[in-house]
Amino acid sequence: MSGEKVIEANGLDLVFQTNDGPVHALKDVNLSVNKGDFVSFIGPSGCGKTTFLRCVAALEHPTGGGLSVNGMSPDEARRKRAYGYVFQAAGLYPWRTIANNIKLPLEIMGFSRAEQDERVNKVLQLVDLEGFGGKYPWQLSGGMQQRASIARALAFDADLLLMDEPFGALDEIVRDHLNEQLLALWKRTQKTICFVTHSIPEAVYLSTRIVVMSPRPGRITDVIDSPLPADRPLEIRDTPEFLQIAHRVREGLRAGHSYD
Amino acid sequence: MRSVLPVLSVLAVIVGLWYLAVAPMNIRVALDQAERGGEVVTPETPLARQNVSVWALMIRNPDHVRAGYALDRPRLPTPQQVGRELWKTTGAMALRGRAWSKRSLIYHSWITLQSTFWGFLLGTTLGILGAVAIVYSRVSDLSLMPWAIISQTVPIVALAPMIIVLSSQLGIEGRGVPKAIISAYLCYFPVLVGMVKGLRSPRRDQLDLLRTYSASGAQTFSKLRLPASMPYLFTSLKIGVAAALVGTIVGELPTGAISGLGARILIGDQFGTPLAIWSALIAAAILAGVLVTLLDLVQRITLRRMGMQA
Repeated sequence: MSGEKVIEANGLDLVFQTNDGPVHALKDVNLSVNKGDFVSFIGPSGCGKTTFLRCVAALEHPTGGGLSVNGMSPDEARRKRAYGYVFQAAGLYPWRTIANNIKLPLEIMGFSRAEQDERVNKVLQLVDLEGFGGKYPWQLSGGMQQRASIARALAFDADLLLMDEPFGALDEIVRDHLNEQLLALWKRTQKTICFVTHSIPEAVYLSTRIVVMSPRPGRITDVIDSPLPADRPLEIRDTPEFLQIAHRVREGLRAGHSYD
Repeated sequence: MRSVLPVLSVLAVIVGLWYLAVAPMNIRVALDQAERGGEVVTPETPLARQNVSVWALMIRNPDHVRAGYALDRPRLPTPQQVGRELWKTTGAMALRGRAWSKRSLIYHSWITLQSTFWGFLLGTTLGILGAVAIVYSRVSDLSLMPWAIISQTVPIVALAPMIIVLSSQLGIEGRGVPKAIISAYLCYFPVLVGMVKGLRSPRRDQLDLLRTYSASGAQTFSKLRLPASMPYLFTSLKIGVAAALVGTIVGELPTGAISGLGARILIGDQFGTPLAIWSALIAAAILAGVLVTLLDLVQRITLRRMGMQA
């Protein structure tokens, strides 16, 4: 890891004005993400983990503090295609084939026809969906659809991948399989990944760093650097090191969360 | 093929009820005719019969119920009579090469169909443009939508003659244009409402996805909103085409038109020929059925080509 900063947040604040008064979605968030990191954001609903991701993507705008992506403002970074965003729902267009869904960002960004085809083939290979380019989304399983949406986010060579509970709606067996594939993909492509999740084992298994957050106001309560090796078979989840980190995450969640 | 039986059953029930209704509807006319023919019926005079219910008349004159099924000018013709009249004014005339005669329903249907087509085209265009304006601008959402709703509360029969008068004031010759305007007036509304719903159907995250690509407004429209609205569009087009046909017929009714199905209905009413009215009505129903079926076909083909399961 070069230590080059991809995301840097300094005292980030975001207050939503709602009919029930102001809601402090993010309060004094300080975090830096280095190039090549796999950072998970974990916490209960309303802790601001998704909001933070949306700020990075310039889908929300902070009301205070500083936030830079690749040394630029989030808006600028978006125009420079700094990131690919993967939503919880695969969100593939039902009227487009898988290949044409992946072409969607490429069409908007004005890539040539030949380059579009070339890139589609490349990313379909990356997510193990060769031969499915001509299928329509409804012909694919939920896990395959989500892989296609990851391929769509990878198609235009953004170095940063923002993933908002991408496997949240899938069953555990499919999820394990996708987690394994995602790690392999991350190693092969050297992308920086920010990954929002509800699942402690998922966060610990995937990440080099785990950011524990808590709600009201949304804030960071703990940042854990994982000592796990880069090579992670699924069985690593039964080792004492793994369980120790999981325990620390659970403690962090409990400390930050008042069960009222 | 499994759907044939229920469809035929419903048809049989409708035709059966129709046949049953003919007896009470026509008993008075049948008795009047029999009386004029010198037969004795009870009560004997039309005046005396006036206060007796049709059911009582049928019970007291069972021999004359049959005559109600073969009248020249029945209150309610039988399906068979309507069918015969329909054939006489369409198929039979076509076989004799007189399909375009002024007495042929093919000719009148064609006149109505033309206006319906132009009205449908105009109404659909206005509906779609209005929907785009409403979805993309809050100002037009607030200012256009209430008028669109109010426009549908004004009875079209009241408005139709005014449209004819106004368009002749503007120097527009003939009935074609005002008829198409009346037709469009009825047809644009379902298209507008359906398209507003369709253009707004993309979910929050689908729109966010395009924002992450920094897509322009035009790209969001052409790549997401428009294709997402297609299923809604076709549903409203089917309602719209039926409304356009109704609009055209209404436009032909109170306006002194001499051709078109609406004019046939009016003329049939004025000359007391119920068979002409009923065959024009059935012709209009068949026309509406054909138009809706055609649109359904276009919908299936379009959505299948778009990869959506229709």
